[in-house]
Formats: sequence, structure tokens, C-alpha cells
Amino acid sequence: MTDHAYNFAYLDEQTKRMIRRAILKALAIPGYQVPFASREMPMPYGWGTGGVQVSAAVLTPDDTFKVIDQGADDTTNAVSIRSFFERTAGVATTTATIEASVIQTRHRIPEAPLTEDQILVYQVPIPEPLRFLEPRESETRKMHSLEEYGLMHVKLYEDISRHGHIATSYAYPVKVEGRYVMDPSPIPKFDNPKLGDMAAIQLFGAGREQRIYALPPYTEVVSLDFEDHPFEAPKADQLCGLCGAEDSYLDEVITDDTGGRLFCCSDTDYCEGRRKAGHRGPAFPGNEAAA
Amino acid sequence: MYVAVKGGAQAIESAHAWLAEERRGDLSIADLGIPQIREQLKLAVDRVMAEGSLYDPDLAALAIKQSRGDLIEAIFLIRAYRTTLPRFGASEPVDTGAMACDRRISATFKDLPGGQVLGPTFDYTHRLLDFKLAAEGAVPVAPTRDSDPGYVPHVTAFLNREGLIEEAPPDDTPPPALTREPLEMPAERALRLQALTRADEGFTLGLAYSTQRGYARNHAFVGELRIGAVAVEMDIPELGFAIEIGEVTLTECETVNQFKGSKTEPPQFTRGYGLVFGQSERKAISMALVDRALRWEELGEDNVGAPAQDTEFVLYHADNIHATGFLEHIKLPHYVDFQAELELVRKLRRAAGAERVQEAAE
Repeated sequence: MTDHAYNFAYLDEQTKRMIRRAILKALAIPGYQVPFASREMPMPYGWGTGGVQVSAAVLTPDDTFKVIDQGADDTTNAVSIRSFFERTAGVATTTATIEASVIQTRHRIPEAPLTEDQILVYQVPIPEPLRFLEPRESETRKMHSLEEYGLMHVKLYEDISRHGHIATSYAYPVKVEGRYVMDPSPIPKFDNPKLGDMAAIQLFGAGREQRIYALPPYTEVVSLDFEDHPFEAPKADQLCGLCGAEDSYLDEVITDDTGGRLFCCSDTDYCEGRRKAGHRGPAFPGNEAAA
Repeated sequence: MYVAVKGGAQAIESAHAWLAEERRGDLSIADLGIPQIREQLKLAVDRVMAEGSLYDPDLAALAIKQSRGDLIEAIFLIRAYRTTLPRFGASEPVDTGAMACDRRISATFKDLPGGQVLGPTFDYTHRLLDFKLAAEGAVPVAPTRDSDPGYVPHVTAFLNREGLIEEAPPDDTPPPALTREPLEMPAERALRLQALTRADEGFTLGLAYSTQRGYARNHAFVGELRIGAVAVEMDIPELGFAIEIGEVTLTECETVNQFKGSKTEPPQFTRGYGLVFGQSERKAISMALVDRALRWEELGEDNVGAPAQDTEFVLYHADNIHATGFLEHIKLPHYVDFQAELELVRKLRRAAGAERVQEAAE
């Protein structure tokens, strides 16, 4: 099954070594963006090249690999990345969160709690949380080194004075171990509370921007807020139409052209697991009348 | 009733099969051969080699065929291939003075040692569609003459003798490697030139043009433009000396830029430099103009805030593989983030609505 024209997991060993060094440095300085010599990958920048390089560097032949995009295993890009590693590394793949030893994700953290035996790899488009406040890399690196985060607090404060609350709904900035302000990648802020104190290793790879950062297990991660405007992790005020879950992040699906909508779990493995266990939502076939 | 979509893998496979069919087109038309592309679409091949940073005309031609003529896609194929190749070492610097010039012109001197050689150029053609090409492939035989085998000195060297142009002393510092180390600011000139030579032709052209129209104008003359083959030599440790391992065709442009002097530098001509794989004058000249604009700081010029003077802006946005990937990724699913935004906008609208009701009541 493995494509023998390429090294295990596509990248050559020297490149993997370089990436592993960056990962180790990132784990040693949680939340700090480590520059690394990102390689061109056979998928476009913006398609998860950072995550793919990090996964390639941490995968071993015994690993079981899972890929999700928007929480789902069957979205086109998740399918593509999964088959890439099936082809180039020959590793076992799974859609079950608990069976996976390495999970690559785009935009979500799985609903099921992760364990110390797992690594969660995030695909990151813009690693710099200060980028949209200051476009210059030379400036933002200075701001991080001086711990100069006033600009971010001013931005959040301006949101509150204008809208009554903070108007950032995803890629919500966090502070790591009281030091670095970090972009958690474009996960909905509903997922932010899962970042802190997580048992699994969390690795963040930004290919185009050539940065790797990390959260070691059980790291303190605090979503930025104010005493009188504490952080909130909202989701649609609904339950999953398919499995009835009330605690999971929901996607909204338009079902017809007259305003019909269905809310269902974005984490497809979580939803399937609940349905297998007999849970039913109001829109589950045969259950609609009860809704 | 919506059920979470399954079958992404099947859909992808079918899409790829359709793509392969579309790439081939009408089966009653002859298949396009790699040698045909390499020989007859040479300038496209050259661009793919230049921006793909890999000198291999056959692979570039294959990439053009595979990408259905989408050159940025072809460049991407070459880059993705290139990154898997082991690096054995670095060549000696190529000597463009020893170039076997197909073309060599100077816009600053009417005649000069080595002469003006027009070479195969579109420059003086009338841009009239040649309908004969649609019917037949025969070409008139071009007249030939023996080439002058001698060394062709650079125009800037003549100016240098009078001290009229800034010194460019040889520098043996190993240059940083753009593809092996992360790009970090501030970027020295060697690194900027590496980034520019693989930069998107259109982006570089646009920036260069902006300097001509006054956004950090630097009064460039094409001191010299030369195109031709140069020998690539590499030091072989087992032999203890350098041997020729092949040759590459390059386009080199040296601009001579007017300069009235600054706080730190006397009035003199200054330099811009462009060097590109293959025959690509547009790119080489553009590169030289942008290089010169980016040198404002070391020449003690004012930063007038022009885009072409802004190293971070230029270098971080010049790579078309970066740019096209990130641009096109927005067609990937974003429904999780969009859902978060939907909730937010609904919340903001509820708040705004409540305020309006309140105001109406008052």
C-alpha cells in the first residue's frame, strides 16, 4: 500500500528531524511560535500543509491516524489527507476518536476527551494572534518578546464598548501559562475551554507561515477576557437533530428553500457513537413526529 | 431529510477521473508530447523552471501538460517535486561574463565591447496574428554567423572604472538558503534576491511598474540585459577541484540607477540586479527594479512608504504558490467558523433590535 517512491510519511528523515526539533522547542516554550523551514508539500498551502508536516514528523508505523475537517472525517480535505498518509506511511487509519493515536484537525477539537496517549495536530492558517492588529512580522515578534499585549486588550475592549460583548467567535485568542498570547487556530470559541489542562499533546503547524507551536499536556490556557466580561463559549441554542446531544457543537444545515433547518453535531464520530448507543434526536428518521 | 454526507472519497475519485478526461480533451486530436511542449512552448517552460526553482525543461514540460497549461499549477507541481530531492551540495557561483550570449543588449551605450546582440526577441515584431501559423508549421531559415567566443564583460564594470557606480565587491559569505531556513526579517539582499527570482512574474512586474510610476521611483536604465547558457561547476571533494556538471540558460539584467546621493552615500549610479532561469526578460528587468527599490535602507534613501520598498510586504506576498494556496483555500469547508459567525450576528442583531425597540418606546 505504501508508495515506495517516497520515504515513510513522505518527508525525508533530515526534514523530519528539523521539524521534530522545532516541535521539541515549541513544547519547551508553550505558546511560542517557533520558525521552521516549512517544505512545499504535494497539497496547496492553506490546505493543511503545516499540520501535514507535523503529522509526518510525529507519525510512527504503529500509529493509528484520524483526520477531521470541521469535526467530520468525511469532508473532502480530511479524506484527501487521510489517504495521503495511508499511501505514503501505510499507517492504520480510523474515524473513531478513542482509537486514534494521532489526530489531525482543522477548525475543531473532538468532543470526546483525549488521553495522554494521543497527539492532536492542528492545521493553522495564520499563527500570529496579533496579525490583524499589526501586519508586520518584525513588529509582532517584538511585541511577543516584550509581552506587549495591550493592543489585543484594547481591541477586545473596543468590541465590548461597541457591541456589548467581544465580537470574536472563532480563533479566539488565549494566554498560555501566563506568558504568550496564542492563536488556537480557527476553532469556534466553544472549543477554547478544551485547550487548557488537556491530557493529550497539542501541536500546531502553520506551513505557509513557517511556524510551529505547541501546548504540552496539562498546560494552563486562558481565553482572554475581562473581570466584568468573562469569557463565554456559546453554541447554537439547540440540540442535535440526529443524536439529541445538548453538549456538542452544532452545524446548521439548510434542508429546504422555505427556511427549514437542521442542527446536528459537527463531530461526526461523536454523533455516530451516540446514535449507536441508542440516542435519537428529534429529526432522526422515524422520530420526526415526536419533534 | 439530511443525513451527514458520506462518500467524500468516492466523489474525489470521480472528480479526478473527470479531470484526467478533460485534460486529454478530444481523443480525435493528437496527444501533446512532452518534447513538443519543451521545444514549442519554451517560454512557458522557462517560467515554470524559474518560479518552480528547478532547472529541468522536461519535467517543466510534463508539469505544463499535467496542469492543462495552468502555469501556476505547473510551478506548484515542480516545487512539490523539488522539495523531495536530496541536496548534494552547492555549485560554484556561475560566471555570467563567460555566458554564451544569445542576446545581449545595453540601453545605456550605443556600442560596447562584446557588441549588441538582438537574439530571438519579440521586441521589434508587429503584433499581428500570423494566420499562416494556423495552417502550416514551416519557418524560414534564419541567417547564421559564428559566435564570438570571447569573454563578454559587464557594462557596469566600465562605469566602475570611473568610480561612477557604487562598488559591488566580491563577497564569499555563504548566502542564506531560502528553501532550507524559515524566511525571517530583516532579510539581507542575498535572501531578497533568492525570493525575487522565484517570485510570481505578474506580482514582480506590478511592483516594478509601480516604481516607474512614482511609488519609490529609482530612475532605472537597463545597463545590460543578457540571455544565454552558462556552465555550472561544482566542487567535487573526492577530486579536489571543480568540474563542469552541465549548463543552464539564464537571463541577467543589471540596471544602472540614477542616484543624487544621500546622507551616507556620494552621488553615483547605483545597481539593481535580476537573474532568472531561462529566457524571461520581463521578469529579470522587474526583479532588478524591485531589488533596487528594496535597497533604500542600505543606500540611506528615504522610505516614502511605497509598497516596493517594503521588504516584508514584497517578500511575504511574492510567492505565487503561497498566495494561490491561501487564496483558494477559502473554498474549503468553513461551516464551523461560519456557524460561530451566524450565532454572533444573530446575537448582535437581537441586541440592536432591542435597543431600537427601547428607543421607539422612549
